Amino acid sequence: MSGGLSILVIDDNKIRASIIEQGLHDAGHDKVIVVHQMEGLVRQISDINPDVIVIDLENPNRDQLEHMFQVSRAVRRPIAMFVDKSDSHSIEAAVDAGVSAYIVDGLKRERVKSILDMAISRFRAFSRLTEELEEVRSELADRKTIDRAKGILMKSKGLSEQEAYDLLRRTAMNQSRKIIDVAQSLVIASGLLGD
Amino acid sequence: MNTNLKPVIAGFIPLLDSAVIVAAAEFGFAEQEGIALKLIRETSWANIRDRISVGHFDVAHMLAPMPIAASLNLTSLAVPMLAPMLLGLGGNAITVSNALWADMAAAGADPEGDPASTGDALARVIAGRKIPGLPQLHFGVVHPFSGHAYELRYWLAAAGIDPDRDVEITVLAPQVMADALAEGQLDGYCVGEPWNTAAVEAGTGRIATYKQAIWPDSPEKVLGVTRKWADANPDTLAALMRAFSAAADWCADPKNNAELASVLARPDLLACPAEFCLAALSGRIRMDPQSVKDVPDFLTFSGGVKAAPSPVYGKWFYEQMVRWGQVQPSPEAEQEVEKVFSPTVYLEAMGLSGVAIDATVEMFDDARS
Repeated sequence: MSGGLSILVIDDNKIRASIIEQGLHDAGHDKVIVVHQMEGLVRQISDINPDVIVIDLENPNRDQLEHMFQVSRAVRRPIAMFVDKSDSHSIEAAVDAGVSAYIVDGLKRERVKSILDMAISRFRAFSRLTEELEEVRSELADRKTIDRAKGILMKSKGLSEQEAYDLLRRTAMNQSRKIIDVAQSLVIASGLLGD
Repeated sequence: MNTNLKPVIAGFIPLLDSAVIVAAAEFGFAEQEGIALKLIRETSWANIRDRISVGHFDVAHMLAPMPIAASLNLTSLAVPMLAPMLLGLGGNAITVSNALWADMAAAGADPEGDPASTGDALARVIAGRKIPGLPQLHFGVVHPFSGHAYELRYWLAAAGIDPDRDVEITVLAPQVMADALAEGQLDGYCVGEPWNTAAVEAGTGRIATYKQAIWPDSPEKVLGVTRKWADANPDTLAALMRAFSAAADWCADPKNNAELASVLARPDLLACPAEFCLAALSGRIRMDPQSVKDVPDFLTFSGGVKAAPSPVYGKWFYEQMVRWGQVQPSPEAEQEVEKVFSPTVYLEAMGLSGVAIDATVEMFDDARS
């Protein structure tokens, strides 16, 4: 069922782009065009006349691209973002993986689902977005644990917030451990001791 | 003692008016309100829209019309949103290439950037260019649903220039505008600072007029939240807005200009020379390499009641959407817009419930609402 669809991949990460290209070829898509640069893209899109466009979320030109799909006379057929509102899971998966796709209006969802799934799985391996988000989330969790450990020390030893933090830091340094590890042990121990 | 800070993840675009969010995270204002604020820099407004929609971000720095467009289902991944707080007023300008400015100056354009005068001059230039084979003038804006697009279009239309027929308008990322102008891909653009100053400093562009002259004291960026998140986290949202209000007052204090400029200029934020940031922060605007103009309210940050949104502002943006064919007008849509720009949540958070907001719209051509 994949026959005949032409797919444009816009990605300035050349390694990733070639992996996606290979994946699409393996899945039986023979009309795959990869571009790395936005320059002259309007003309390229009008020449290629793609059914599906896959673009990485790191590309700063997404706003330009979306606007072009809406107004450009050069693009012959209306193109919309691949969004099936009933399938919020795959939208999330795409954004999580750091990829977005646009398809020619009216194209049946089943025909492009496998292409998007392919792009999602190949992007996932490269994803900066998920990594970054995870980092931020764990950093926030660390913060909470350290704050809690400080609170325990302040209460049980009558220290000020700064003194509590200094004590955690000194202990960590003396034991060559990270502050978060010391804080975690303290929070667990304190829980075991009933406070 | 903050042993239980509430985490909030905020997406932002590296522009001067991300200052309030940056200051809240960098200078302890968020922490004072019990919030651990983490910022994630983004590369496009489309990413901001998508990532707040799927819940990567709790809140985001947004173009004022974006929450309206999302709530009216005009964009992909549209979800109902709120713009509960204004993060900055003014801050944009319209920069033209040296070549276009030379023509406009010859047609009588005011070097001080009066919008009526520069618009009329541009209209004369365009009338004189209607020769077969000569391409249309090409302008850039950052997003179709943006103050930039509406200010540029308003300015053009007020001078009798049809933005859809007499010129070409395309969308480009803010940080590439100055280069596009230098390379001749654009003849002019409307963008937030520091990307006008960047062209002037590079010697490739000239500021023709600016947002504060077109629509004085008008909202530019807002805090954007999905209604779902706002409903689930009312206390966090209130605390966050109090933190932003305090941060905005700090940003507004001229004695903090230099420190703010040096932080914003950092490689992980705007990644530009600190002097570029200082121009708009201090209101000393370099219109061209030779002349500096004092525009004290070029870009203003403010906490307190001045940061409250108002349905009057929301309606102005909505009217522009209608005017330029982005949305079919309907009473339901108008009600929705009033909801998006309602000041209630912010005023409650600030303990200012019931305080009257003095929001009027007065354009440079005397149109009012």
